[in-house]
Amino acid sequence: MTPTQADGYSQSSAAYVHVPFCSSICPYCDFAVVAGRDDFADRYIAAVCSEISKSEPWRPLEAIYFGGGTPSHVDPPLLGLVLDALALKHGIAVDAEISLEANPEDFDTVRATSLHGLGFNRVSFGAQSFDPGVLVALGRGHQPSEIESSVRAAREAGFENVSLDLIYGTPEETTDSWNDTLSRAIDLTPDHVSCYALTVEMGTPLSRAVRDGAEAPDPDTQADRYEYADTVLGAAGHTRYEVSNWSRAGYECRYNLTVWAQGEYEAYGNGAHGFRNRRRFRNIRRLEAYVESIENSRSARAGEEVIEGWDVELDRLFVGLRRVVGVATGEGTMTLLDSDDGRRLSEAGVIVRDHDRLKIAKPLLTDAVHRSVIALQPPIVSTETNA
Amino acid sequence: MAESKVQYGPGSTDSTDHSMTDQTRIRNFSIIAHIDHGKSTLADRLMEKVGAVSERDMRDQLLDSMDLERERGITIKAQTVRLNYTASDGEEYVINLIDTPGHVDFSYEVSRSLAACEGALLITDAVQGVQAQTVANAYLAIEAGLEVIPAINKIDLPAADPDRAAGEIVNILGGTAGDIVRLSAKTGAGIDEVLETVVRDVPPPRGDPDAPLRALVFDSYFDAYRGVVCYVRVVDGHLGSGDSLRFMATKEVHAANEIGFLTPTFVPVGTLGPGEVGYLITGVKEIDRIKVGDTITGARTPATGALPGYAEPNPMVFSGLFPTDGDDFEKLREALEKLRLNDASLAWEPETSKALGFGFRCGFLGLLHMEIVRERLEREYDLDLVATAPSVAYRVTMPDRSVNEIKSPQDLPESIDRLGLAEPYVKAMILTPAEYVGPIMELATGRRGIVGDMNYLSPERVELDFEIPLAEIVFDFFDILKSKTKGYASLDYEPADYREADLVKVDILLNGQPVDAFSAIVHRDGADAYGKKMTGRLRGLIPRQLFDVPIQAAIGGRIISRETVRAKRKDVTAKCYGGDISRKKKLLQRQKEGKKRMKMVGSVEVPQEAFVAALKVDDDS
Repeated sequence: MTPTQADGYSQSSAAYVHVPFCSSICPYCDFAVVAGRDDFADRYIAAVCSEISKSEPWRPLEAIYFGGGTPSHVDPPLLGLVLDALALKHGIAVDAEISLEANPEDFDTVRATSLHGLGFNRVSFGAQSFDPGVLVALGRGHQPSEIESSVRAAREAGFENVSLDLIYGTPEETTDSWNDTLSRAIDLTPDHVSCYALTVEMGTPLSRAVRDGAEAPDPDTQADRYEYADTVLGAAGHTRYEVSNWSRAGYECRYNLTVWAQGEYEAYGNGAHGFRNRRRFRNIRRLEAYVESIENSRSARAGEEVIEGWDVELDRLFVGLRRVVGVATGEGTMTLLDSDDGRRLSEAGVIVRDHDRLKIAKPLLTDAVHRSVIALQPPIVSTETNA
Repeated sequence: MAESKVQYGPGSTDSTDHSMTDQTRIRNFSIIAHIDHGKSTLADRLMEKVGAVSERDMRDQLLDSMDLERERGITIKAQTVRLNYTASDGEEYVINLIDTPGHVDFSYEVSRSLAACEGALLITDAVQGVQAQTVANAYLAIEAGLEVIPAINKIDLPAADPDRAAGEIVNILGGTAGDIVRLSAKTGAGIDEVLETVVRDVPPPRGDPDAPLRALVFDSYFDAYRGVVCYVRVVDGHLGSGDSLRFMATKEVHAANEIGFLTPTFVPVGTLGPGEVGYLITGVKEIDRIKVGDTITGARTPATGALPGYAEPNPMVFSGLFPTDGDDFEKLREALEKLRLNDASLAWEPETSKALGFGFRCGFLGLLHMEIVRERLEREYDLDLVATAPSVAYRVTMPDRSVNEIKSPQDLPESIDRLGLAEPYVKAMILTPAEYVGPIMELATGRRGIVGDMNYLSPERVELDFEIPLAEIVFDFFDILKSKTKGYASLDYEPADYREADLVKVDILLNGQPVDAFSAIVHRDGADAYGKKMTGRLRGLIPRQLFDVPIQAAIGGRIISRETVRAKRKDVTAKCYGGDISRKKKLLQRQKEGKKRMKMVGSVEVPQEAFVAALKVDDDS
C-alpha cells in the first residue's frame, strides 16, 4: 500500500458498532463486555438502532466494523437490524467493507451463511493460539480444530476476506508452540493476520493474578515472538502495514486505516468511541446505563475531547505513526526531529526520515516515540511587532 | 515560682530589674554523656524540680526543641536554662544548666558548652555502662579544666548494674565508687542529690567584676523576629542593656538591644554580671556577622585580650547537594545560609556537576550531621535534593611541592600530575563487651585500621584504640560495628593526621561518559570491589533505554568493571484502534510525566533515585 493510498483514508466515512455480549469473559480483556446476558441482546440492539436513528445523517459509509465483545455471539438477524438502521440513516457504499469479530467456538456454516447474507463481507476470528494450553490460560473456550472449522465455514459461506487474531507471549506459550501457531494459521490462508502481545491491563483478572504472583509476560520473549511472526508472515505473502497487523496486498482493514489516517468514524453502542466533527467522543460504558439512557431519550455520550489547533497535528502523528507508511512530514514531524527526544530517537534508529515521510523503523518501540510526540510544544512563531 | 527565688545581690542600681547575682551563688555546668544516657530527661527533671517550667508546659525533653531532635530522640544543639535553687544550706543559688549533644559528630557543641562552665555532670547509663562518648566527653571536660561530677542514671531499670558502671567510671576518672551520685531521671530518685552535689562541688565563677567586659558567645541561633540571638557567658565585667559592644574577632560594633536570662523563655534584664549566662540580641539579622566563640567587650573600654574560645569544628565529610529542580539553586543557598547560623560547622562552596547541574559541595562533621542537614533542608525548606557520595578532604602534593586540599573526587589531578596524595586518619576508640573484640579487630583491620592499645575497663568491657583512615569509617563503619556487636559497642574518634596512601580515583562511565557524581577516591586494593559494586548497583537502577548502555568503572583509562543495561526491545501498545485513542494518550502522558523525574546524563535517562540508591550505605559487606 502506498503512502498516498493510506493517507487517502482520511477522507473515508466509517462506523463502529459495539456488541458487548460474550459467552464468557477472558481474563486479559478490558473492553466493555458482559457474559451471561444474552437475554438483554434484543433490548440492546433496539437501543443501538435508536441511537443510530437519532444521530446526525452523514454520507454512505465505506467501512463498518462490528467489534466487541463477540458480535458473532448474538443472533445474526439482530445484527441485520443494525445494518438496516445504518443504511437508513447514512447509507452504505456499494463496495463498503463490513467487518465483524467472531469467536471460533460458535461459528458454524449456518451462522456464516446468515451473516454473509446480511451483507457482512469480512470476518475476523479471535483465534489467539493453536496451543491448547495457551488457549486454556487465555480463558478461551475453543479448540484449535474449531479455528480451522470456523475458517472453512466462513469460506464456504462466501467470505473472501478472513482475518485471524493471534496473541503471543502468554507465559504458557513456548517458542515451538508459537511457531506452530503461526504455521497452522498460515496454512488456513487467511487474508489478514493481527498479532498482539498479551498485555496485562489494569483492573483485569490477569492483572490481579500477576499482582498475586502469577508469571507476567516477558517483554524480551514477546519481542522475539514478534520478530519471528514478522519473518514467517512475510514469507507467507503477508506484509505488515501497522504495528500489529499484516495482510495480503489489498486486504488491509479499511475501517482501521480510516482511524489511523485521522479519518472520521461514527460509533454506536456502549463504551464505543468515535471521531466526528473534530471531536473524539465516547459512549456510556456500562451496558444497562447505556440502554436506559437511550430508552429515556437521553444522549449516550459520556464525554468528548475536541481536537483543534496544534493537537490536530499531534493527533495525526499519534494515530498515523503506527502505520508502516508513517506520516507525511509537516510541522509536527519537524518539531519532533528538532526536539531532544527526537534526536535521541533518530540516533537510536527508532524513527527515520524517508523523503517526505517520517516512519517508525522499530515498531516495538512505538510507545517511546508516542510519549515524545504527545509532549511536543507547538513551534514558536515569530510575530511581527509594530515597533 | 522561679522569680521569687532569685537571690538579689547587693548594689542594685535598677529598681525595676535584678542586679547581678553574687558569683559565689552561681553554678554553671553542662550535662555530658554518651548518646541516650539520659541527659535531656535529667535536664527536664531538674527544671521541673526547681519549678522552672509548670506542669502544663512540661513536655518530655523540653530542651530538645528541634522537631528532628525530638523525633530521633537525640540532642543536636546545646540548650541552656537558668534555674533558681534553694539548697539544703538555706542559701539560694542560680544554676545555669547547659544540655549537650552526645553524638560523636557534635562533640564541638560539647566543647562550646564546656567553655561557658566551671563544672560538668558526667552521666553514665547504669545498664550500658561507660561508652565511647562518656570517655571522650570526660576527657574534653578535664582538658577544659572543669570539675567533673560523675553520676549514674537509669538505676530504676531492671537490668541496671550501677556497681559495674561505677567501677568503670573510677577506672577512667579515679576517685571512689561510693562518691558517685546514683539517680533515675525517669522516677526522680536522686535528683536532690544531683542539685546538692552541683552546688557543693562545681566551683563558683571567679570573674573580675571591675575589669572591662569580656563575655563569650558560646552559641547563637537565628530567630525570624528577633534576628540573631547570642547565648553568652559573662566572664569579667558587666554586660548592660543598651551598651555598645565590640565583637573582638569580627571587629564589629553592635548595641546590646536586649539582654536577659533563659528560663528557658526569654526574661529581659538590665545587666548580666560576671559569671552569669544569658542571651543577647543586637539587632544583627545577617547570618555571618556573629561568630560563635567570639569574645564580646565594651566598645568604649575594651579588654585587651580575647577569651581563649575553643577550636573551631572542622568539617570532615564532604558531599555535593544538588536541587532536583535546577530552579531551586537559590532557594538551596538561602536555606544553607539560614542553617549555618545555628550550625557554624556547616560549610559549603558552589559546585557544578555535569550530571546534576548547579549545587553546593558541603562540609559536615560526620554522616549523622550530613543526614540531619539534608533532612532539615528537605523538610524545613521544602527542597528536593540529590546528594553525591560522601568524601573526605585529601591533600595532594603538586609538582611544585605545594599542597592542595581537595574535597571532591572531581578535583583530583591525574596521577602523573601529582607528587603525592594523603588522606586523613583518625584516632578511634571503641568500647565494647570483651566478647566482640575479635569481630571488631577483623572489621578495623579490614578497613586498613592499625590496632593500638587495648584496655580493660572491667573484666567485661574493653577499650580498643586504633588509627584508621577517616574515609574507611565515614560511610558505614558505625552501622556495621553496631550490627557486629548487637548494638553494644560504641565509637568515638578525633582527627589525627594525614598519611600518604595508594589511592586511586574510580570513575563511573555511563555510555562512555564519566558521571562526576559517582566518582570516588578509594584505596587501590579496594578499587575493583568498589567498581564492581557500583556498576552492579547501577545496572539494577538504570532503566533500559533505546540503546545498550554500558556501565563501566575505570581508573584513569583502564576499565576495571563493566555491566550493560540492554536496550529496551519492546515498548509498544499492542492494540490501538478507534476505541483507545484518548485513553492511550492519557496513559502515555502520565508515563511521560514520570520520566520528568529522570536526569539526563549525556543521552542516558537516569532516575533521581538512582543517585541516592547507588550511593546508599551498604547493608551487606
